[in-house]
Amino acid sequence: MSGVLVVMEQRGGAWNRMSFEALAAGQQLAAKLGVECSAVVIGSGIDSLASEVASKKLAKAYTVQHNLLGHYTADGYVSALEQLIKQTNSAYVLFPHTYQVRDFAPALATRFKQVLISDVIAIHDGPVFVRQLLQGKLNADYRHSASGPCFVSVQAGTFRADALEVGTATIEAFTPQLEASQLRNKPGEPFRESAQTVDLSAAPVIVSVGRGIGEQDNLSIVEELASALGAELAASRPICDNGWLPMERQVGSSGQTVSPKLYLAVGISGAIQHLVGMKGSKAVIAINKDENAPIFEVADYGVVGDLFEVVPALTKAVRAAKGA
Amino acid sequence: MKIVVAIKQVPERDAPVRIASDGKWIDEDDLNYTINEPDAYALEEALQLKEKNGGEVIVVCAGPERVTSTLREALAKGADRAIHIEADDLGGRDTLGVAQVLADAIKPESPDLILTGLQSDDLGLGQTGVVLAELLGIPHATIIMHVEPTGSGLKVKRELEDGWFQHVEMPLPALLTIQSGGNKLRYATLMGIKKAKTKELKTVAASPAAAAQAVVLERVYLPEKQKKTEMLTGSPDEVANKIVEKLRFEVRVI
Repeated sequence: MSGVLVVMEQRGGAWNRMSFEALAAGQQLAAKLGVECSAVVIGSGIDSLASEVASKKLAKAYTVQHNLLGHYTADGYVSALEQLIKQTNSAYVLFPHTYQVRDFAPALATRFKQVLISDVIAIHDGPVFVRQLLQGKLNADYRHSASGPCFVSVQAGTFRADALEVGTATIEAFTPQLEASQLRNKPGEPFRESAQTVDLSAAPVIVSVGRGIGEQDNLSIVEELASALGAELAASRPICDNGWLPMERQVGSSGQTVSPKLYLAVGISGAIQHLVGMKGSKAVIAINKDENAPIFEVADYGVVGDLFEVVPALTKAVRAAKGA
Repeated sequence: MKIVVAIKQVPERDAPVRIASDGKWIDEDDLNYTINEPDAYALEEALQLKEKNGGEVIVVCAGPERVTSTLREALAKGADRAIHIEADDLGGRDTLGVAQVLADAIKPESPDLILTGLQSDDLGLGQTGVVLAELLGIPHATIIMHVEPTGSGLKVKRELEDGWFQHVEMPLPALLTIQSGGNKLRYATLMGIKKAKTKELKTVAASPAAAAQAVVLERVYLPEKQKKTEMLTGSPDEVANKIVEKLRFEVRVI
């Protein structure tokens, strides 16, 4: 058993761009281990995607095609990839940590009596895989200890797609054995709830609010700060879950991805699902009562304090500065 | 419909993070525990399905004696009965091991539907539900916002990334992992708390752990900072003025 296999993700012929970060992770891991790296594209009608993959430095670019793989189902993907991995005999199987991967990769690993090491933020020599615990307050080193293939999913932003090495790979077609009766779920077409009226990605300044605000009635102090700064108001998931702000104002893996000039995080602890949506911001200021909050790991300026005192004072100071 | 909700007890969100002497987890001495929040949404979905369609809601939790308080709370919110899988060694079992313990306890119940949260607030692995479905040989769907029974099975609304959704139709029995925010969580009423005391809370022994784990947690540590953070200190007014300085001369948004 040897080599690294990276499972690329596409939907309807369009890449999930995180696939290329996982591919970069695969190349780097393979180089460290002194083994070959290959990649696989799964679906139907994916030949042009495979050609794109074949332009990277890889041993092989596999295509796994079947008319039953045109729409994603966990059953179809698990069965097809199980067959491929048994043939390639890969020692490591890497995925981008997407919602789709979360849906099938744990089941695929179970087929091999393995456990997916999910949401990895770094790979060190060993290899040792680093993941976050307790909403980002703690890091943990994991090691694969079984004899079968090691399954790993890589968090967004951990590896850079522009670090990919180019090359020429052989394209190899693999046709899995699949029966329609194996696919127990019937997936519908993806849809959006309603046209998004708030485009946070274009906002130069964002004031974002999290759990620390306590209750809905307290939101007004943050709204006033946003208005003083001429900023868009955004939130972490729990605020939108509670219905205090509309879902379209949510920043994070299930909401919008933003990269403003300034991201001012108020009462946001900074769970990884939130950080992936805002860590591209040019400047981050965080106000939080907990000095160990992971938001401070990505903040340029930090204030450990009571937001109910700091935010109104800041609003006043901003107004004074702008009036001057 | 017979619904099993697999819940986990986790440290409260503002729990103090002090690394334990073995370097593999945090010091549990001063911790307060609560229901894993996504599991609270799974329980809420189950209770609403029962209210609309009838049936039974059984809550299952693996862990030491302390987890019975979380099970009692679920009973107070409206679950019909509870199963405590007694296990003091969950930290030494990987996802496959934990899912096997749950599978062994849930299988004799032959539920129509198993619900659980999409991930835990402590380990955040986000896979126990999917692995459990695989071990039981039933279909699953993850990150579910809404569940609707159809004549022959379920129609569920699955959250995709970037504000996209998808409906999936599936047969029963099935397992779903529930996303937070799909419903509003209920509180236990006084009447509910009173009633919970008379409801069945059964304790079963966990099946023995496998000889070896597939993955091992070697050590935990505080994260290294990705950026050098300049901490601004002083009274609220002093801090506010310092931030304004930065906004003017460094960030240049004023």
